[in-house]
Amino acid sequence: MSFELFSNLVGAFFTLCIFSFLYKDNPFYQAAEQMLVGISLGYGLVYTYNRVFVPYVWQTIVIKHQFVLIIPAIMGILYLFRFSRKLAWLSRYPIAFSMMGVGMAVPMGIHASILVQMRQAMVPIETVNLFLIFVGTIAVLLYFFFSKAHSGVYGKFVNVGKWYMMIGFGASFGLTVMARISLLIGRIQFLVNDVFGILK
Amino acid sequence: MKKTIPLLIVILGGLVWVAWAFSPHYVLQEVFYNQFYLPWAYASSSFGMLLGVISLTMMHTNKIKRRAPKWQYSYFFFGSFLITCIAGFVGGIQKGSLFMWMFENVQMPMSATMFSLLAFYMASAAYKAFRARSPEATVLLVAAIVVMLAQVPLGVKISRHLPAISQWILDVPNLASKRGIMLGVGLGSVATSLKILLGIERSYLGGD
Repeated sequence: MSFELFSNLVGAFFTLCIFSFLYKDNPFYQAAEQMLVGISLGYGLVYTYNRVFVPYVWQTIVIKHQFVLIIPAIMGILYLFRFSRKLAWLSRYPIAFSMMGVGMAVPMGIHASILVQMRQAMVPIETVNLFLIFVGTIAVLLYFFFSKAHSGVYGKFVNVGKWYMMIGFGASFGLTVMARISLLIGRIQFLVNDVFGILK
Repeated sequence: MKKTIPLLIVILGGLVWVAWAFSPHYVLQEVFYNQFYLPWAYASSSFGMLLGVISLTMMHTNKIKRRAPKWQYSYFFFGSFLITCIAGFVGGIQKGSLFMWMFENVQMPMSATMFSLLAFYMASAAYKAFRARSPEATVLLVAAIVVMLAQVPLGVKISRHLPAISQWILDVPNLASKRGIMLGVGLGSVATSLKILLGIERSYLGGD
């Protein structure tokens, strides 16, 4: 048996273990599920060590002698006090350091999510499609405005927003299903071509 | 000390970030961002990973200790975690190592299969949710079917106009609804960020 076939058989075994859940919950699926979590966690830990800890903590402090970075390293260790009842408050320091970024989120959020979207929505209405997009955007926004009762003519206009959203959710759902189906096709192709194809 | 200093770090640091977003000054762009924030963020963030490791380890240890339902499977978690760590720390992470072999032949097939499994559950959930019981549900169902059919050869065989209709759905009503939602989300996230920046929202600091 070649090494490639052995590797594919291992992949096929775990693929079938996960697929076995379609029949019902069983020990093979449970074991594979826990192994997936364990391997993913191990992968994340090893990669964080190699790609973040070694170049940005170990090498900068020990080799480049940038001793000031001992402070954020100690601050990072304070995260672990989250598990202590008495000293859990110490973990607020690294959390506060990372939360500083909300200052950037205010102007950046206004720019990316509000101003750019508004600019794109307020182009000259030259076609029917642009008119439909403009009306739809206003109607969807007003649908989430609860300071005025959704009744009368206003209620009917706001209701248009609901229809727009239903079409949008349907389109998103369709795209998500097709993405999952393509993954499913990929797994079946793997089993048929890469495993059973070689076995034949 | 326990809450005031972290709160001050967020407020003062946050205000510096606001200035960073507006000003191209050397002190903000180079000294604050490149020389201070990035190295400090990288140095402190690597320890955040340990939080996840300790948390999951504690959860599974407790499960085994208490003989909780399905406790035996926690040994599979520990076994696979330890083997991956040993393979990565001892054998290295280069291509061809045991670590990468495990990633390519165990982790990747399992995670791809796990996601593909969702296709079945989404289909059955959709059947339950989308049964055209109201006009809105019907519209959702029709939009989803048109978008799905337009992506497969069968759709073009049913009608050669289907891909164009699908593209119109994506470009016009879908765009309008997503833009409206995004504007709402943007306004909400800016409001929440402002509340944190001004010290009104403090739940991220936890109790006591």
